[in-house]
Amino acid sequence: MLSLSNTIRETGATLMVWTTAALITIPFLWLIGDLLWHGWPYLSLNFLLSAPQNAGREGGIEPILVSTGLIVGICMVVALPIGLGTALFLSEYTRNDQVSGRLIRGSLDVLAGVPSIVFGLFGNAFFCQALDLGFSILSGGLTLACMVLPILIRTLEESFRTIALDQRLAAAALGISKMATIQHILLPAAIPGLLVGCILGVGRAMAETAALIFTSGYVDRMPTSLMDSGRALSLHIYDLSMNVAGGNPNAYATALVLVGLLISINIVASWIAEQWTIPNQLQN
Amino acid sequence: MILFSNNTSSRSNTDRYFSWGLRVLSLLAASLLVLVLGFILRESWMALTQVGLSRFFTDSGWFPTEHSYEITPMISGTLLAAWGSILLAAPLGILSAVFCHFYAPPILGLWYRRMIELLAGIPSVVFGFWGLVVLVPLIAAWQPPGPSLLGGILILTLMIIPTIMLIAHSSISQVPTTYINNATALGLSRWAVIWRIVLPASRVGLLTGIFLGLARAMGETMAILMVCGNVIQYPSHIFDPIRTLTANIALEMAYALDQHRSALFISGLLLMVLVIIFVSIAEVLRHKTPYVVAK
Repeated sequence: MLSLSNTIRETGATLMVWTTAALITIPFLWLIGDLLWHGWPYLSLNFLLSAPQNAGREGGIEPILVSTGLIVGICMVVALPIGLGTALFLSEYTRNDQVSGRLIRGSLDVLAGVPSIVFGLFGNAFFCQALDLGFSILSGGLTLACMVLPILIRTLEESFRTIALDQRLAAAALGISKMATIQHILLPAAIPGLLVGCILGVGRAMAETAALIFTSGYVDRMPTSLMDSGRALSLHIYDLSMNVAGGNPNAYATALVLVGLLISINIVASWIAEQWTIPNQLQN
Repeated sequence: MILFSNNTSSRSNTDRYFSWGLRVLSLLAASLLVLVLGFILRESWMALTQVGLSRFFTDSGWFPTEHSYEITPMISGTLLAAWGSILLAAPLGILSAVFCHFYAPPILGLWYRRMIELLAGIPSVVFGFWGLVVLVPLIAAWQPPGPSLLGGILILTLMIIPTIMLIAHSSISQVPTTYINNATALGLSRWAVIWRIVLPASRVGLLTGIFLGLARAMGETMAILMVCGNVIQYPSHIFDPIRTLTANIALEMAYALDQHRSALFISGLLLMVLVIIFVSIAEVLRHKTPYVVAK
């Protein structure tokens, strides 16, 4: 039996929880609505396929899209082999309590927490200066690869760990070598997880700004080589809104493009995850 | 165990090369942290030896051209913005996890969770942009100048709610249902079950989320750079503009040379140490077993 004071407390709590939900939903809808409202009118095919003019106030974002693609591409090309190798090593060659595995995991966990601006400092000192790559798309991509690596490894390792132990035991019983087991059994079975991991890595790289300011630079021309400086989408938004008076309309449109890309990436990733986990669960 | 150690019967050479290849790659990944720390240290060495660590706290202001490098106002800016946003985001994040799990109808809860996940994926520069064009003018209309500590706290809150909420949600859903069922059978009301049973049982997860959120808030650069006004000062109230360590690096790296550049790397080093401390606390917490799982 609920007493009166209990009923009051209960109603109060319900009210508080629903208010909280509303408090978070409102700014989210406001943000998305604001981007759509102000960005949509400026968005056109022409905007995507023309060069910025007048410091970005007019024109489009074609070279910026190309630079972003190149930076993210380099990031994934470098991070994926290292990430895949490390994830395989952690899941197939170490036990949870083994020192080497714990050391690697620990260092990656710390690395995952390092702020992106510190990666920017590191990239500037290491790639731009020590390796003499200068402000270039290559430096930016490599810096992002360092940043994405911990998250990539965690997702990839997770996707290997979800594969049933039976499959490995069966392969071992048949005398299949370990490398062949990995190549023909574990990798194909882990493909959906690998895809999701890669997609999330791409998303993270594409959203990054602070790590790119002093590594890939500001130049908004079409890049002709990987050693050229190139401006990423996120940096374009920053520059237009902070340093260019009257740049807001194009900043809105660029932000809409970036958020649109990221949301579609997220949707694809969760779709893949849903498509593949249900049949896998049925199998087991 | 046949799966994990070297006692597999395989005598194939390719297997051996392959496993060594994996070892090298893992070593590369693991040594990245050392490389990052090493290079940040190396670049900050000049300022450490020529200026000395103590002067970063005792100089009378941040005037790099006159070799005066006081970073305490920036440290206070970073800490105030991060703690302020945690004070708001922790209750909001935990309550919205509770909303998702206990109050919302299943479909609404699912959509709410999706929305929070989307919020987590929105880049910080977009948050900063929205703060700059929407939030800052609103604050300016209420209490000038507009770009302020308050703006930074509000934007950061929005950005770290997803971190806290998603971790809280997963640790709340791990609380054994027997706890909840028993409490309900004893006649406890819904809120009493949450307040007395669920939240205490999942406190480790809640704390982990809060510490990770704090680390994220302190490391955040773009959003805070765009809404905080970037004046180097100790704020006297919440409407004063501030500059954080991260914003300082982002603003001055472009033209900093020699000692000045090295001083910026010191603030990076400091930031890294602070964040490593909070992440380590979160990791230690994460590996603690929160409760004995009743079968």
